[in-house]
Amino acid sequence: MAKDRSDDHTLEENQVAGNGLLDRRLFLTKGLQFGAITSLATTTSFVSAKANNESLSEINPADPPWMHMPGAPFSTYGLPSKYEDDVVRFPTQNEAVPGNGVSWTPLHLMEGMITPNGLHYERHHNGVPQIDPKKHRLLIHGLVKKDLTFSIDDLLRYPMQSKICFIECGGNSNAGWNKLPTQAEAGYFNGMVSCSEWTGVPLSVLLDEVGLRKKAKWIIAEGADAFAMQMSIPIEKALDDAFLALYQNGERIRPENGYPLRLVVPGWEGVLNVKWLRRLKITDRPVMARNETSRYTELQPSGKARMFTFTIEAKSLITSPSAHMLLKEPGLYQITGLAWSGRGKIKQVDVSADGGKSWAEAELQEPVLDRAFTRFRLPWRWNGKSAVLKSRAIDETGYVQPERNKLVKERGRHGFFHYNAITQWQVDSDGFVSHVYDKDEKETSGSDISIDSGWD
Amino acid sequence: MKKKLQVLISVLIAAGINSAIAESTQGDGYGPGLGHAVSPDEIAAWDISVFPDGEGLPKGEGSVQEGETIYKEKCIACHGENGLGSTADQLAGAQMSLTSEYPEQTIGTYWPYSTTIFDVVRRSMPMTEPGSLTDQEVYSVTAYLLYLNNLIGKDDKMNASTLPKVNMPNEDGFIDVYEEERKK
Repeated sequence: MAKDRSDDHTLEENQVAGNGLLDRRLFLTKGLQFGAITSLATTTSFVSAKANNESLSEINPADPPWMHMPGAPFSTYGLPSKYEDDVVRFPTQNEAVPGNGVSWTPLHLMEGMITPNGLHYERHHNGVPQIDPKKHRLLIHGLVKKDLTFSIDDLLRYPMQSKICFIECGGNSNAGWNKLPTQAEAGYFNGMVSCSEWTGVPLSVLLDEVGLRKKAKWIIAEGADAFAMQMSIPIEKALDDAFLALYQNGERIRPENGYPLRLVVPGWEGVLNVKWLRRLKITDRPVMARNETSRYTELQPSGKARMFTFTIEAKSLITSPSAHMLLKEPGLYQITGLAWSGRGKIKQVDVSADGGKSWAEAELQEPVLDRAFTRFRLPWRWNGKSAVLKSRAIDETGYVQPERNKLVKERGRHGFFHYNAITQWQVDSDGFVSHVYDKDEKETSGSDISIDSGWD
Repeated sequence: MKKKLQVLISVLIAAGINSAIAESTQGDGYGPGLGHAVSPDEIAAWDISVFPDGEGLPKGEGSVQEGETIYKEKCIACHGENGLGSTADQLAGAQMSLTSEYPEQTIGTYWPYSTTIFDVVRRSMPMTEPGSLTDQEVYSVTAYLLYLNNLIGKDDKMNASTLPKVNMPNEDGFIDVYEEERKK
């Protein structure tokens, strides 16, 4: 790539933190020479280490064959280009029970803030039920004045609301508890989080219809899957912003995300967003289900375990460049990633290219929404030497995403759930990106045990 | 744990938060009111939740001996011999404590409530044929798992009365994070 000296000059002036981090407004600056923009377009085309180099030998892009033949006809339901067939979820499941496991969203291959429905992460305990909506009912009973059932057709007549929000499994990123940094692609160990526009009926409307009794303090939500998942949720949340989703990104919820009805509790851990919802029992106490006692609780170094850790704390992740990518040559790149918080809006995301010695504020893509993915971006000029990239989210409550050593020191390594520490990517001098921990983390000594298993 | 929850509730009432969840009036016109009435008998067929105090436990009784037979036929493939774990959770036989480098979180060392075993076995197990065990069989499997953890004797019978009374060593081993946050 030919480099214009004036581009270099512009980049030097815009350096805002160590190791080549540039002003977040660089790409927005009117005065920036067009040459710099075009050089970005060529240098951001980094390739996956395993991808083949495409050859143009057969095709003249000035006169491609697809301009000389009619295109494909219409389709009833569109699918991605066949050239994007690597952008897929990555399933890891129980060998004995294929429907018990997870599939990870390929965050490292995506942009924007919305997760397409076919790529939304999955966590099933015993497979995806194929529910006929005509034969599905929701029962609301317990500490209410009137026990009632609702059909899906009934619910479709109720007033609805939409909310763009993330859902994150409490077990997302749990490989971070391991002693050695896992080397999966970013989405394939952090992609148990996705963000959709969910549309449905506010739960408060239905609770008003059944009429809560004074002793009502908890709601036990139950799914119609083969695991009959049940979870207890405080009534305050149910009345605040929980809703019964029927639509996801404009279409009816996909079977693997809870068709025909899913409870959405914005900002709270994924398992509480009960899929295939069939029953809400109003009670004065939690049921103490298996998934709120023996699992989805976090064993601490003291021997005590955290329970009812509902809220997802702020977290961010650089999705590109990230593990397994290859930067072909030194030059201008865009660092991009996602931040989210179960406590509200993301206020700020800082990025470092020198392992945390210096930080620069990233540009946040509008709109920045409450408990939704927030896309951040920052231009970076890679000088061809080793660099360590990391991002740090701060939410509107002032909570700062912790460094890994701080989180591990506080929580130990056996909590399994709610890992939200900063992730670090090292770019080596060959341009290869890998996952690293801080050099001063002494626990890298000794034998490793992998804790990122046990999805049962 | 139960005590903590009672404290939580009284704190909420004291803080006046209870007013937000006061008894609501039916038919305020927020929705079209399309719910269908349902009888207690119909609800009984839906409701399989079992609470720590035993609410929701059905009639019937199970034995350790019958539980062992069922376990060896239907559970052992995933949970291993004597509940030591395999492709699914280890349920018994913990050697390492919860504060060790390799903690073993079993029914005996970790699960806070005995009723949870009955609840999850009845609703979810075995994974290949969930909901296929009779209530008596579920009581028996529950009894066998408690016996493997030295929490009941070989001849003890489990039923709606005895099961909630089983002493669970880790009942007080949990920090209620939600309650702690509400206190702040």
